[in-house]
Amino acid sequence: MIEEKIEELKRKIDETTKDIKSSKSLAELKMAFFGKQGEISELMKGMRDVPKEKRPEVGKIINALRDWANEKFDALAESVKRIELEELYKAEKTDVTLPGRKLPYGAYHPNTLVIRELVDVFAGMGFEVFEGPEIENDYYNFTALNTPKDHPARDMQDTFYITDELLLRTQTSAGQIRVMEKKKPPIKILSPGKVYRSDDDATHSPMFGQMEGLVVDKGITLCDLKGMLDEFARKVFGPSVKTRLRPSYFPFTEPSVEVDVSCFECGGKGCRLCKGTGWIEVLGAGMVNRRVLEGCGIDPDEYTGFAFGMGIERIAMLKYGINNMKMLFEGDVRFLKQFKD
Amino acid sequence: MKAPLSWLKDYVDIDVTAEELQEKLFGCGFEVEELIDIGKDITNVVVGEVVECEPVEGTHLHVCKVDCGEHGVLQICCGADNVAKGIKAPVALVGATVYATAKDHVTVEGVMTIKKGKLRGIDSYGMLCSGVEIGVSGDMYEGADYNGLLLLPASCKNGEDVKPILGLDDYIFDISITANRPDCQSILGIAREVAAVLNKPLKHPDCTYKTVHSDEGVKVTDLAPDLCPRYIAHYVKDIKIAPSPMWMRKRLALCGLRSINNVVDITNFVLLEMGQPMHAFDLSTLSGREIVVRRAKDGEKITTLDDKTFKLNHDNLVICDGDKPAALAGIMGGLNSEIESDTKELLFEAAKFARDSVRKTSRALGQHSDSSAMFEKGVNEYTTELAMGRALNLIQALNCGTVTDVHCDVRTPYSHDGAKTMAVSISKINALLGITVPTEEMCSILQRLDFGVKVDGDTLTLDVPAYREDIDQYPDIAEEIIRMYGYEHIHGTFMPTAKVTNGGFNDAQKAENNLKRALVEQGLYEISTYSFYSEKDLDLLKIPADAPERKFIKIKNPIGEDLSVMRTTLAPSMLHTIVRNLRRGNMEGRLFEIAKVYLPKELPLTDFPEERKKLCIGLFGMCDFFDLKGVIEAVADSIRAKFEFVPSTRSFLHPGVCADIICDGKVIGYAGRLDPAIADELALERKAFIAELDYEQLMSCAQPFKYKPLPKFPEVTRDLALVADMDVTCGQIEQAIYGACKYVTDVKLFDIYVGAQVGAGKKSMAFTVTFTPADEAITPEKCDGYVKKILNNLSRNLNVVLR
Repeated sequence: MIEEKIEELKRKIDETTKDIKSSKSLAELKMAFFGKQGEISELMKGMRDVPKEKRPEVGKIINALRDWANEKFDALAESVKRIELEELYKAEKTDVTLPGRKLPYGAYHPNTLVIRELVDVFAGMGFEVFEGPEIENDYYNFTALNTPKDHPARDMQDTFYITDELLLRTQTSAGQIRVMEKKKPPIKILSPGKVYRSDDDATHSPMFGQMEGLVVDKGITLCDLKGMLDEFARKVFGPSVKTRLRPSYFPFTEPSVEVDVSCFECGGKGCRLCKGTGWIEVLGAGMVNRRVLEGCGIDPDEYTGFAFGMGIERIAMLKYGINNMKMLFEGDVRFLKQFKD
Repeated sequence: MKAPLSWLKDYVDIDVTAEELQEKLFGCGFEVEELIDIGKDITNVVVGEVVECEPVEGTHLHVCKVDCGEHGVLQICCGADNVAKGIKAPVALVGATVYATAKDHVTVEGVMTIKKGKLRGIDSYGMLCSGVEIGVSGDMYEGADYNGLLLLPASCKNGEDVKPILGLDDYIFDISITANRPDCQSILGIAREVAAVLNKPLKHPDCTYKTVHSDEGVKVTDLAPDLCPRYIAHYVKDIKIAPSPMWMRKRLALCGLRSINNVVDITNFVLLEMGQPMHAFDLSTLSGREIVVRRAKDGEKITTLDDKTFKLNHDNLVICDGDKPAALAGIMGGLNSEIESDTKELLFEAAKFARDSVRKTSRALGQHSDSSAMFEKGVNEYTTELAMGRALNLIQALNCGTVTDVHCDVRTPYSHDGAKTMAVSISKINALLGITVPTEEMCSILQRLDFGVKVDGDTLTLDVPAYREDIDQYPDIAEEIIRMYGYEHIHGTFMPTAKVTNGGFNDAQKAENNLKRALVEQGLYEISTYSFYSEKDLDLLKIPADAPERKFIKIKNPIGEDLSVMRTTLAPSMLHTIVRNLRRGNMEGRLFEIAKVYLPKELPLTDFPEERKKLCIGLFGMCDFFDLKGVIEAVADSIRAKFEFVPSTRSFLHPGVCADIICDGKVIGYAGRLDPAIADELALERKAFIAELDYEQLMSCAQPFKYKPLPKFPEVTRDLALVADMDVTCGQIEQAIYGACKYVTDVKLFDIYVGAQVGAGKKSMAFTVTFTPADEAITPEKCDGYVKKILNNLSRNLNVVLR
């Protein structure tokens, strides 16, 4: 009888689903009952043989079975899914302390970082960047900078010569002249680059970086130089850092000054970095010498200007606390990888 | 420049401490590099009088009672041979610091503190001292050289500090002098600045002398006026060579000079005091009693005072007598005209020699002296005149000879004494400084600096001191004013009158920054290496003799051979950096450098060379060629370019792992693995890979950014597994795939296999090919058609078939 058939089917479903543990086998099983050739479908097909008057009743019974079976499979699906997830979690449990995989990231040379920072500071004040040649002639490196042959200041620098006329520039100031010859005031330039002096010891390197700055315009004063240097010191070394000017000598500036910044390590109280003085020498500067302006065809009675020059390595060493200048040229990866942008 | 405080006090009434003076000098442009307290190691040493002195039986010791005034009468054991009742000597009290000496009692071995002691069982409460023990030499104090007690005069008060008595309360200022102030390379020069900064009068040294007539003429001829613009000679007779007085010996000793005899000491004293080198010739040795200043004849010889003989040429200036050189001008006197103990008459020389001439000769001969150093810094003729007067004054003061009236002063057309008058505008000075310095203040400062000053409205008319050859235009005056007025008056302003300008990096500089960023993002570290290397570095890389890299610029005066050639390629520097890293145990690294190479247009160099930037990349450690290639491809991506890699060779790269990098048909660089033969030579424990690209050519490959709208229809991809002959390259297959269908926009190799399954001499390569539709969607059928075309092309041209 149909009732018996249904009871049997129920038992069969109960029996076969008892040990189901995966959604895949559950789905297959459900197919076996509900699929086109499935036993429940077969029951439905069997309706054809049921007498017409009994059909509503039998239909009801079969539908009840189908609902019962559907519910059963849904409930089973839920629990099997939960079990499967538990197992997945267990299987995929990760030791999060294992090392991570990262894309390699390199590093800029400290000099590059310093030059960019300086350019950044001065760009806001309207300075353009100019790069001149490293192999210069005597005129641009010395004579035009008010340092003719036989000038005592030539002894200040040990120059590498290539011929009597051509040499490795000893100062980025050489670029000043090239700019002033081409460009008329207002001039505001920065000139970073490599310079060379025949010096090689613990604190000197035969090649090093310099950054030259030059302003030529109407009414430029020593106070303007001081104001700009104050800004530079605050931005590069810290908001409370002050500058101090003291007299010095460079042939291409008059007056010439040596510029110290208050020690950013100890705040000026005196420490090892500032050798107990509270001040650190960072650059040389001055008002552009009239003879230099004249030589470039700029009327020194109409225009005045200032120039400053600093050692890139010196700034890098101060900023990062590097104690040996040689490290900057050795390319040791343990050193280099520390300098992130 | 060393200046003892006691000496400066001769010329200026200094009423501030040494530290205060140091501070003031610093403020006006004279940095005291070191302030030397000469008695800093000696403390608690007082005058003591030996009132009792008994020998200790069986020893060389004496037990003394020493009256030390307020410090009491102390029992002191003393081993000196000149200890005796009644003498006065320095006593180091218990707790005093003095110099410890070695067994010889002469060699100083550091500083010691005096303790209460026992010698041979006798208590001793201090130490009677020798000169050495308290750091006093015979030139500092008469008799201090004696290897026994330093005897003090009876006039000293018992218990008084010995330091002022012995001159140990003195300081020496070691001052750095800027190149524009050679006039300050002397005690007098510093004294002038001290007087100005303290606003005190300067007591000028006495340069006057009396003469006695002499008929013995002396002739001076200057045949090289360009090298010797001024020559002054003076004849002094009745010379009595003797030791110098104590005060002079002490001055010389404080400045580090040894006393020789009165005449030589006078020349040295004047050099220190005035900054004018002097020379004294024994006149009796000068043939013809004459001086001829001339260029040396080629091959002419001279033996100098230090017994060195030099062969000269026409670049060297010599001071000759009637027939032979008697001095190397401005550097050193000749042995033949040296002052001897029996010298009876002498000729003083005070001259100005051209600094360049002295420098060149001094360097060429390797012969240096205090005199040559001074001439190289620059001497002015005002001082030359003054110094002669001072030397003659000292001859009289020391009573070592009779100053005659025979005086030869040769002025040449090159001579000038430096004094000048100039007019400057007060308002221009203030405009340059950016502040207003009161006119009275300006005048006062300039007067203190020995300028003659007249004010007329805005104009200052100035008589510039003759020794101030550095004063040229009004900014020099502005500097004089501000360095004395004080730089603290300069306050920051922000270029209120300047025009606004646009700053920052230009486009080319920004592009370089971006390129560096692309490299850093690939994990590369930027390096910076010297622009010069050795020719041997090119040998190491087996660069052929006729290669362009061999056409290099040489430095005339390099530090050493290893830094003597301006580089023409960055590869050697990169290789050395890799080697250095490996030797230090850094077994892995990815490096790059962007720097210039220097390419001469012709040799020898007559014109500016071409300075060309290169990009060099170096990888070492656990990596292979494709890591290097990947970096270069990332560089290409960063500038939106496409590079081809074509097998090639370089002398220093592995012949099988080397490629030309090509863009738009041009070779822009190379990439490859370091030749294992070279790696072997350098004992490298890891593989190294190097690429070098011409920076300008690389950047010229950059494509401008242009936005492309996304395709309307989805892209279609197909994977193709192909079998090819072993010698067919991946690049050839890619080309053939691109060439067969215009819709192919990407070809990516994802697998390569060699083995039995594909047969000998064959390889299997699997590619993902991406088709991007244009106007209509690519249906599977259409795509099948494209693939067919691709396969046809592959099999026809490369004998490549579907696997």
